[in-house]
Amino acid sequence: MRTTTVIIGAGHAGLAMSHRLTERSIDHVVLERGEVANSWRTERWPSLRLLTPNWQTRLPGLAYQGGDPDGFASTPEVIEFLQGYADATSAPVRTHTTVTAVRAVDAGYEVATTEGVWRCDSVVLASGACNRAVVPDVAAGVPPSVAMVTPMTYRGPDELDHRGVLVVGASATGVQLADEIHRSGRPVTLAVGEHVRLPRLYRGRDIFWWMDGSGVLDHRYDEVDDLVRARNVPSPQLVGTPQRVTLDLNTLAERGIRIVGRLGGIADGVAQFSGSLANLCKLADLKLNRLLDTFDTWAAAAGRNGDVDPPHRFAPTATAASPTLAVDLRRGEIGTVVWACGYRPDYSWLALPVLDRRGRVIHDGGVVRDAPGVYLLGTPFLRRRRSSFLSGADQDTQELADHLLQRLTQSSPPCAPGSLARQA
Amino acid sequence: MTLTSTPVDNGINLQALLDAREALSASPEAAEFQWRVSCSWVNGTHSSTTVEKFSGLCEEQAHRTAFHYDVDHPECFASEDHGPTPTEIVLVGLAGCLTAGVAAVAQRRGIQLRSVTAALTGDMSVLGVLGADPDIRNGFSNIAVHFDIDADASPADIEALVAQSQKRSAVYDALTNPTPVTVTVN
Repeated sequence: MRTTTVIIGAGHAGLAMSHRLTERSIDHVVLERGEVANSWRTERWPSLRLLTPNWQTRLPGLAYQGGDPDGFASTPEVIEFLQGYADATSAPVRTHTTVTAVRAVDAGYEVATTEGVWRCDSVVLASGACNRAVVPDVAAGVPPSVAMVTPMTYRGPDELDHRGVLVVGASATGVQLADEIHRSGRPVTLAVGEHVRLPRLYRGRDIFWWMDGSGVLDHRYDEVDDLVRARNVPSPQLVGTPQRVTLDLNTLAERGIRIVGRLGGIADGVAQFSGSLANLCKLADLKLNRLLDTFDTWAAAAGRNGDVDPPHRFAPTATAASPTLAVDLRRGEIGTVVWACGYRPDYSWLALPVLDRRGRVIHDGGVVRDAPGVYLLGTPFLRRRRSSFLSGADQDTQELADHLLQRLTQSSPPCAPGSLARQA
Repeated sequence: MTLTSTPVDNGINLQALLDAREALSASPEAAEFQWRVSCSWVNGTHSSTTVEKFSGLCEEQAHRTAFHYDVDHPECFASEDHGPTPTEIVLVGLAGCLTAGVAAVAQRRGIQLRSVTAALTGDMSVLGVLGADPDIRNGFSNIAVHFDIDADASPADIEALVAQSQKRSAVYDALTNPTPVTVTVN
């Protein structure tokens, strides 16, 4: 089978790119291992909602049209939105088609799947940034009497042992699961490493209203000071609820969750937590205050002070003077460890020399350097901070589709007069 | 913002550090360092330690000269006090590491330092090391570091400087996180 472009993955990024290619009359298929929005259908926990408000749930050609723009989409609503988008754009999705290998062949690429082999000129990697839950090496030290789950396998507190739960990781996933499990009556200990503290509301407006308006979401990948860091920042401590609650460490501690430092190791069944907790909280508080400073500066300069409440600052994160440094996992107090340590993409099927030593695609704003015609989409800070969120696909796919089209028009026909001159 | 145009100079060769970060990211094997000290017992609790060689950048390295340290215990421990205690040496390492970090981060952030002093305290009940109470650990129960910094920056920026220094400190990490320690004998 032959086509111009193969898009791998029918999530928000792959579907948006499909629409961009259709706009440009570029022949393509979207290969999907399951159904549209497969990871939302099969790999998310039931209570999950988007971190971004509904008014930001938009893809090229389709804005949010529901009656609750300030609400947060539930998992079924995200699936419905993406399925509706695929239908509305008539995306050429081949469902239940798992890609088994992508390799370079003469003047193009070969994409092997469970449903046959495709030949193409270009490939868009839109298989997502969250294919595997990270389980750190220290997990080997968890005693057999303690169960382990990841956010990919967690399906609600009722499926957990009745004993206490150690949640490792305090990004969006970690704080949400810690809160939900705590509310089920199980004592929760939350191990906190480097984290991003954000309030749900600031001066009466959603934090994403501020990030959107002030331009923070539009910071470009080629303009940030430290791109490696920017691409590895954990997701912010946020939850999307109808009550628009803030879920920071102070809130969790007040509710009775025990906050401990980063899980440093497990020796003879004893989990050891880092003594660096106070500093990591300090770093997060300072960073939050710098962000709020930029919001205040923007609101004043943009004449928006009349639309919002007066500036204020949040209480510093309180940390125990003598935080817990060790918990004996053999004593029965903890029945489950939840590994909320982030996610990694899975490129085990990508037979191209484009991965760095940590298994990540080397790319320049989504343009894969060492494989011309291959593009990456839907990963954190791909082209701008917004790339980490659903609404980032709009601009990212526009720019990468333009790049893809330009390359196609330059490279064919291969022997056309002037093609060398254009390259020179 | 200052009105002067004097370049910030904390005595840190920032470009060399940035170049090293880039070069070592590309060839991580060169980033593997090994630090070494050798120690000889002198008498009683007195020992003499020498620091000279180390490895890194894919080859053997050496300090400009060998450094010698006498380590002992004070007279109230019935020792002869030829040098600081090992626990004080640990605090020396933490102080040196955090202070170097403050200077480097300040340079990176364009902050001119005028003075940086640090006072460190390490609390410990010696009932642990004496084996007198099994519920008391041998090591520090708490370490406190207090910095006094005079610099061309706001209080919040100075706080951020000190916080970032901790985040990037090898000794701070070694003290706050577990590390496997293997001890062998011939």
